[in-house]
Amino acid sequence: MAEPILNVDHVGMQFGGLTALSDLNFSVGEGEILSLIGPNGAGKTTAFNLMTGFLTPTKGEVKFRGVALKGLKSHEIADLGLIRTFQRTSVFPRDTVFDNVLIGLHRQGKLGLLEAILGLPRARASERAQRERAAELVRWIGLEARADDLAGSLSYGEQRLVGVALALAAQPKMLLLDEPVSGMNASETHTFVQLIRTIRDRGVTILLVEHDMPMVMEVSDRIVVLNYGRIIAEGTPDVIRNDPAVIEAYLGQSGKKAAHA
Amino acid sequence: MAQLLQHLVNTLVLGGTYALLGIGLTLIFGIMNVVNFTHGVLYTFGAYMMFIVVHQLGVNFFLALPLAIVAGWLLGAAIEILLLRPLRGSDIDTTMLVMIGAWIAMQSGALWIWGGVAKSVNNPFPDAPLVLGPVSVSWLRLFVLAAAALLIVIAYLLINRTKLGRAMRATFQDHDTAALMGVNVSWVYTSTFAIGSSLAAAAGALLGPVYVIFPQMGDLAAVKAFAIVILGGLGNITGAVIGGFILALAEELGAGYVSSGYRDAMGFLIIIAVLIFKPTGLFARAERVG
Amino acid sequence: MNRIATLICLAVFISVPLWLTDPYLLNALITTGIFIIGAMSLNLLLGFTGQLSLGHIAFFGIGAYVSALTSLGFDVPIVGDFHIVHVPWPPIAGFVLAILISGFCGYLVGRLSFSVRGAYFVIVTISFAEVVRLVALNWVELTQGPLALTNIPSITIGLPGLGYLVLKTKLQNYYLVLAVAALSYLLISRLVHSHYGRAMRGLMENETLAVAVGIDVTKTLTLAAIISAGIAGAAGSLYAHYIRIIDPDVFAFISTVTMVIMVVSGGKGSLAGPVIGGVIFGLLPVFLRPIMPPEAQWITYGGVLIAILFVLPRGIVPTLAPLLGLSRKPGGAAAKVAPRAAEEHA
Repeated sequence: MAEPILNVDHVGMQFGGLTALSDLNFSVGEGEILSLIGPNGAGKTTAFNLMTGFLTPTKGEVKFRGVALKGLKSHEIADLGLIRTFQRTSVFPRDTVFDNVLIGLHRQGKLGLLEAILGLPRARASERAQRERAAELVRWIGLEARADDLAGSLSYGEQRLVGVALALAAQPKMLLLDEPVSGMNASETHTFVQLIRTIRDRGVTILLVEHDMPMVMEVSDRIVVLNYGRIIAEGTPDVIRNDPAVIEAYLGQSGKKAAHA
Repeated sequence: MAQLLQHLVNTLVLGGTYALLGIGLTLIFGIMNVVNFTHGVLYTFGAYMMFIVVHQLGVNFFLALPLAIVAGWLLGAAIEILLLRPLRGSDIDTTMLVMIGAWIAMQSGALWIWGGVAKSVNNPFPDAPLVLGPVSVSWLRLFVLAAAALLIVIAYLLINRTKLGRAMRATFQDHDTAALMGVNVSWVYTSTFAIGSSLAAAAGALLGPVYVIFPQMGDLAAVKAFAIVILGGLGNITGAVIGGFILALAEELGAGYVSSGYRDAMGFLIIIAVLIFKPTGLFARAERVG
Repeated sequence: MNRIATLICLAVFISVPLWLTDPYLLNALITTGIFIIGAMSLNLLLGFTGQLSLGHIAFFGIGAYVSALTSLGFDVPIVGDFHIVHVPWPPIAGFVLAILISGFCGYLVGRLSFSVRGAYFVIVTISFAEVVRLVALNWVELTQGPLALTNIPSITIGLPGLGYLVLKTKLQNYYLVLAVAALSYLLISRLVHSHYGRAMRGLMENETLAVAVGIDVTKTLTLAAIISAGIAGAAGSLYAHYIRIIDPDVFAFISTVTMVIMVVSGGKGSLAGPVIGGVIFGLLPVFLRPIMPPEAQWITYGGVLIAILFVLPRGIVPTLAPLLGLSRKPGGAAAKVAPRAAEEHA
């Protein structure tokens, strides 16, 4: 395994008297595609929120590239290069696709206020560079034809792509994707898998929280399986596929899972 | 010491009507998520109803009070049906601005109909105050306190002991779920707004005879109501009652020991301080936040 | 196309005194112009960050008082024999100080109150304005209280080699207001089209996502509050030096409402919105005055506000601009990006 970029160090989380996560301990290597899976209620969402700094753990700590996330604001975490996407509201609905990506480029365009207001040559150049970069990203994600449409008017799958483009615009070192393919059809999912690989090949580490088992098996380098707030298995897709504890966890919950499918 | 006692007695009298104002607004705010800028106008309306019923219709003072409350109820229901019902589902800013428009129009209407000259309402109580040792309190103010206390108890029973009250509480928790459970949410909203308005009118009808009546009298009352709601926590009836008395105390002490010019600043200062230091209100329960 | 439309509008405004000589109307235009500047500053908060500041008149009034007191001078007892004495400075210094101090108040209000949003933010801002009004009313040694500050000097501009120009006439004040309005418009336009403006829009539309891509909520909103308050302060200063008398009524809540009406009717979040809404609602009293008493005017005001929210909830400009944009022929190289540009400017 490559050098870890994200360390989840014996993290626990309690809400009131309820233990959502008891002892989460794993790390993500640089350039890896790691998936976090588990039956419903296993603590995936809590884990995801802890890793993105939306929640502060009651025990242990999360470190990104050696920096503890505790006490950092969400935008400061983004500044470290840890960017997340969202399951439901992944876009700025009343802006065009192009402008969505432009907003995502926020971290790149930091200019002095005076420069921006006076419209100095440097500001103009920076603005032009950002627009070019945005256009390039829109092209890269394959939404060129819809660049001028309002993001809110796009199909569900397309909105997910905009969400990813936005996240990429923020130049992440690591991308956390929250159930990115839920609601996508098979061919959209397949395209998305290719996209994730391409993003990784550009040097971005990826952590995926996902329900879609075939997709997870196909794309992941390594999988961490959660159940009842603890890790029950960890390893390559082949290992996970044959792990009796994992099979038990999923079969034991198959009725519940079917209800949610 | 005597001065302090007098301030405390005044607090009690003022606090009762403030509580009424606060309960009305907190119900509307909490259940409907509407920032009701017409609350002050309803207060003014209640006071003018007293004036009209007592002086122009020549009806008995004690009968005028329930009439003013019913009139406030009707006006509130009308506002809700005409202005808020069509906007159901709009964002809070839109309804807030519509309420501001209604407030301007109605207040100017009051000015047009009744003129800007302040009026007073005669009351049947003796002029000589009741003197108890170092403190004195007028009979009218005592009546106001008693009537306010009675109305608070009625409001409390209405919300906690009736079918409508149960529907209102369910809607407060989660209006979607309430609707699924068979609660007629539209009816709950109209009733809530009407009840809140009638309480504001009641406060105006009670305080109108104590002071004088003029079209802009509701502006300060509205701000005070907001202060009380924020102090007590959104949708929290008990909080509104306590908040009403706290505001009255702050005003009495501020006017008595700082400067009477800043009496009315107390409400605003309380709002700012509470929102900065404890935005959920002093008595808010954790699950009500959000 | 948009730039051309803006320039045409500017040219029309510049030409107004050439064909409109009625002093009463010119006066109405000047005060309207001052309120339009206030409305533009309000729009920066309401339209571009989604924060409804109903205490906006506080910044306007603070600007007016700061500017008036700077140019009048004052002698205020603080404790015992300790006085703060200020000798009169030129009005232009008052103008600059008005912007700075109002901006600083914007910083304070923003810093303290952006932790509360929505209805609570609205109520905090109203309270702030009322507290400031009560201070102006009661701190008689400084503000003269209800007796008003009178004889406020007109703005004087020093021209190199030509001596001083006192802007006393309506014509001069018209162009002064127009110049400040045009500059404010340009400033706000530049700001909202920079990445600062995009950060504001992002926060307004989807705060969680905006924060996740690295936008700093407090910094962005506070910046908007500072600039917005500063511009409102500039408008207040113009008002003080034009009307030349101010009293605590300058903080009247109804003035905030007037600005809100201008913004909402014209179209919040559109640069031209407050200008269009402002011209309509600023001049509406001029036309209503001969036909109805003041109370009825206010009833009409309230009624029109409600009607606009029911009929044109997005405001005049965002509703009409696409129609106009379609009916015109987009010119030259801008053709391809014209629809989007129209959307951005609208």
